[in-house]
Amino acid sequence: MVTTQSLTIRNRSASTETPPSIRKDLEVAKLLDVSKCIGCKACQSACMAWNDLRPEVSVNTGVYDNPNDLGPAAWTVMRFSEHEENDRLEWLIRKDGCMHCTDPGCLKACPSPGAIVQYANGIVDFVADKCIGCGYCVKGCPFDVPRISKVDNRAYKCSLCSDRVAVGQSPACAKSCPTGAIVFGSKESMIEHAKGRIEDLKSRGYQNAGLYDPEGVGGTHVMYVLQHADRPELYADLPKDPKISPLVSLWKGALKPLSMVGMGMAVLAGIFHFVSRGPNEVTEEDEENARNLPRRDA
Amino acid sequence: MTNGWNDIKNADVVLVMGGNAAEAHTCGFKWVTEAKANNGAKLIVVDPRFTRTAAVSDLYMPLRPGSDIAFLGGVINYLLSNDKIFHDYVKAYTNAAYVVRADFGFQDGLFTGYDAEKRDYDRSSWEYEFDSEGNVRVDPSLRHPRCVFNLLKAHYARYTPEMVERTCGTPQHLFQQACELIASTASSSRSLTALYALGWTQHSKGSQNIRNIAIIQLLLGNVGVPGGGINALRGHSNVQGITDFGLFSNSVPGYMAMPKTSEPTLEDYLKTRAFKEMLPDQMSYWQNYGKFYVSFLKAMYGRNATPENQFGYDWMPKVDVNLDTLRQFEMMFQGKMNGFICQGFNPLLSVPNRKKLINGLSKLKFLVVMDPLHTETAHFFENHGDINDADPSEIATEVFLLPTNCFAEEEGTFTNSSRVIQWHWKAAEPPGQARTDIQIMADLFLRLKDLYAKEGGAFPDPIMNLSWDYRNPARPSPDELLREINGKALVDLTDPNDPTKPPVKKAGELLDLFGQLRDDGSTASANWIYSGCYSERGNLTMRRDPSDPSGMGIHPNWGYAWPANRRILYNRASADPQGRPWSNRKKVIEWNGSQWVGIDVPDFGATIDPTTRATGPFIMNPEGTARLFTRGMMREGPFPEHYEPFESPVANPFGPVQSNPVARVFNGDMEVFGTSEDYPYVATTYRLVEHFHYWTKHARMNAILQPELFVEISEQLAREKGIAAGDWVEVSSNRARIQAKAVVTKRIRPLICDGKPVHVVGIPIHWGFIGATKKGFGANQLTPYVGDANTETPEYKAFLVNIKRINPMV
Repeated sequence: MVTTQSLTIRNRSASTETPPSIRKDLEVAKLLDVSKCIGCKACQSACMAWNDLRPEVSVNTGVYDNPNDLGPAAWTVMRFSEHEENDRLEWLIRKDGCMHCTDPGCLKACPSPGAIVQYANGIVDFVADKCIGCGYCVKGCPFDVPRISKVDNRAYKCSLCSDRVAVGQSPACAKSCPTGAIVFGSKESMIEHAKGRIEDLKSRGYQNAGLYDPEGVGGTHVMYVLQHADRPELYADLPKDPKISPLVSLWKGALKPLSMVGMGMAVLAGIFHFVSRGPNEVTEEDEENARNLPRRDA
Repeated sequence: MTNGWNDIKNADVVLVMGGNAAEAHTCGFKWVTEAKANNGAKLIVVDPRFTRTAAVSDLYMPLRPGSDIAFLGGVINYLLSNDKIFHDYVKAYTNAAYVVRADFGFQDGLFTGYDAEKRDYDRSSWEYEFDSEGNVRVDPSLRHPRCVFNLLKAHYARYTPEMVERTCGTPQHLFQQACELIASTASSSRSLTALYALGWTQHSKGSQNIRNIAIIQLLLGNVGVPGGGINALRGHSNVQGITDFGLFSNSVPGYMAMPKTSEPTLEDYLKTRAFKEMLPDQMSYWQNYGKFYVSFLKAMYGRNATPENQFGYDWMPKVDVNLDTLRQFEMMFQGKMNGFICQGFNPLLSVPNRKKLINGLSKLKFLVVMDPLHTETAHFFENHGDINDADPSEIATEVFLLPTNCFAEEEGTFTNSSRVIQWHWKAAEPPGQARTDIQIMADLFLRLKDLYAKEGGAFPDPIMNLSWDYRNPARPSPDELLREINGKALVDLTDPNDPTKPPVKKAGELLDLFGQLRDDGSTASANWIYSGCYSERGNLTMRRDPSDPSGMGIHPNWGYAWPANRRILYNRASADPQGRPWSNRKKVIEWNGSQWVGIDVPDFGATIDPTTRATGPFIMNPEGTARLFTRGMMREGPFPEHYEPFESPVANPFGPVQSNPVARVFNGDMEVFGTSEDYPYVATTYRLVEHFHYWTKHARMNAILQPELFVEISEQLAREKGIAAGDWVEVSSNRARIQAKAVVTKRIRPLICDGKPVHVVGIPIHWGFIGATKKGFGANQLTPYVGDANTETPEYKAFLVNIKRINPMV
């Protein structure tokens, strides 16, 4: 979540205008080289440490993936896929998390002004205190990344360590990666770096090695080097051609005036409810339930 | 490691076998990815499981746990029968041309001299022939039928690709590809690095696995060159350090031996160890043994060590029986050991056959555990159901738990796998009543000494005469200890060639290097190989200069690498006999006409002229060459031979001797070995990247990343046994039963060995009954109580189990 205002904002959710900026910001990107990844989870560990996140100690479910899925306190997880081809086994290990799309479906879908922002450097960030917990970002994300916390009913996801990047540091995951499978820099230099890696992979027989920077979302600021770029779905169902759901496009496009009317109706309905039934009362039972809610880190 | 971590980047081929570097040595593994990305290196992984190292390999192949010698022997056979060896290197730098005694032989799985009764060999025939002047007989033409080269060829002729497949289950076409890649380094300009760890050592013939790779690397000319070597990846930050300081009960610091009762005098002791050279012009560096050992005794006993009392030799224990961990617990089990001080060690989870361990610990009068954490060993008497089936009401052992600090709560040194000694600084105060290990040991010593002074005793001398010259005797500082380790002059040291010159070292000055040690009591050094790390130049282990002038990963001013700050051992072998580098690509040092110069400290006499004196590069051997044939060094024989693990599903395809004929098995342990009728599957145990042994299960973050014990099986075995991923299973050996979740994977495959399918069950080791993870059974509840014949490292890597699906554990 955003903790600093030192990054220039390019887009805000549910806002019509792009804030002007006197600065020219460099677009950044994180490159995840699946062919160098050993699945050590140092990135998961660094992410938890830097962002003060501690998901619950879960159980083994018959696979190496732990935590088993992304969560409000698990912003990145390694997804392990076993793939067999021509009698040769491959263990494809993909670090899953927010892709920081150039055209972010979450931001487009978000109805709360300023709850999701996109910085000029390309990072898409959630601003928790403006989040209303509606879950539209979850529906808007073509990569199924945001998760709503059951504790505070707000959406969470990887911030690409915007607080670190703002002061010239690389994201915690990139900093901790022992094999150099995660590298961070300007988007341009990352594309250049990827070219060298793809060449190396082609020389080792991966004819379809390539960069994953999908156009359907305008490109991403988290990119993958894949051994089989022609089949991203091999990597734990990485979408081949991700697009923002047509519903979100509609909601933000042709239907926007209609949806504004819908929102207005909802407000009116609320007022009507207040007038006819009186204010919502919080009972002692509600308070008790609230006290018994698990903590965010539990 | 003969080389170092950074040097891996210079390799052209990386062989990871008997280890899982990506998971167990994750940070160091970056140099493998470096070699791949920037040096075009190919990575070969040979492992029963498709590991996370295999995930980034160019070539992976499985083998049956415990069949490594068959595989490596097959590689030797490939290299020799296809003439893929580095001839000039082999001829000049190995004992290939040496003639072996006529009475040496190998038949029916045994070398000459076997005594079945003693389960041991008379090794006298495993020796070279010597001429009348005491020099080894050499046949440079390699034609002599009994020269090492021809004996090697004959021994491994049986290790055909067919036999490799039959024994290891490794498909021949994959084995062939591995051989070709390995053989591609049999030249002056390419090198292979072999990275291994406990996957090779934790076998009843583990040491011979290492001997096998040594032979391969010598045939390829890959020892002493950048990107080459035989590289043991150590499993703890300082396990190299503990080994350097006499890990085994039969050794003292600096790889010197503990004396035996058959050596009543210092002279007797030194006589058999200060090896004389076996060929003219050789250095035979162990000739200096006396200087190292007497300096060690001076460090032990200080002023009390005099020439008249043999420098206190009588006070050193005489050890005839190696008190390795397996023997210690056997003695406890027999009721022959009353007390046990367990320092930084959690044997209840790490020594095989837990039932026997609980039984042994229960017979102790007292157990002292020194540890920063609550270890399971300190709580061995607790009942945790089947996980730890102890009955506290029946156990009278008194347990003392002495909390110690963590590494970051004190200063001192670590020695890493690269042999680099690095000082570390204190980052925080230890919590509560925790004290340093040094303080606890000092306190113990001073109290014992006090008791001896007051009450006397049977043999107070070793305690009363021990030198304890620390500023604060109750708190020796790591700085003082490192100075003591480095060594100093006790009197003014004059130049032996010209005593009229000013002294080389004044009394009290720290020594520059072990070359200054003397055997007349004028120097002291607690560990000769570390001498040089803390000289009058200062504490060199504190150096943190990352510069690497050659770009070859040498980093000469980062810490201090023993010996002599040398980063690549045997680097003299990177140059030809005349002193010219074999190739520019793999250049380390060369003879410039007047001395040896290069990017690393020469592992050689700096001014020995190679054009006039034929001194070999392997100066620690009296031959000056490296050994393809080890003479009497190894208990099983001078060439590694494949024997089956003590629990194996197949009869040894190589001959009538089933398992290591000299491995020690205690009474009662043989009886609880299982057979393949009852326990048809091969199990192997290992670490996972998410955890470090039994420590990180105390840390919540690690527990989140890998919360619960599981075992891994193939899809085929899962189908046969009706097991689905995530099911609870019971895995049993003839010693115990454990319960775990099942991970069903393509990464483990049934292997066809000797015509029948062999299923492998993988068991990670990290769980116990204390910590942040889910409680879990230990792999050591299942493992057999037998060790390697040379080191007694237990056979954790290959044993027999059965498996079945069970209802969820309560």
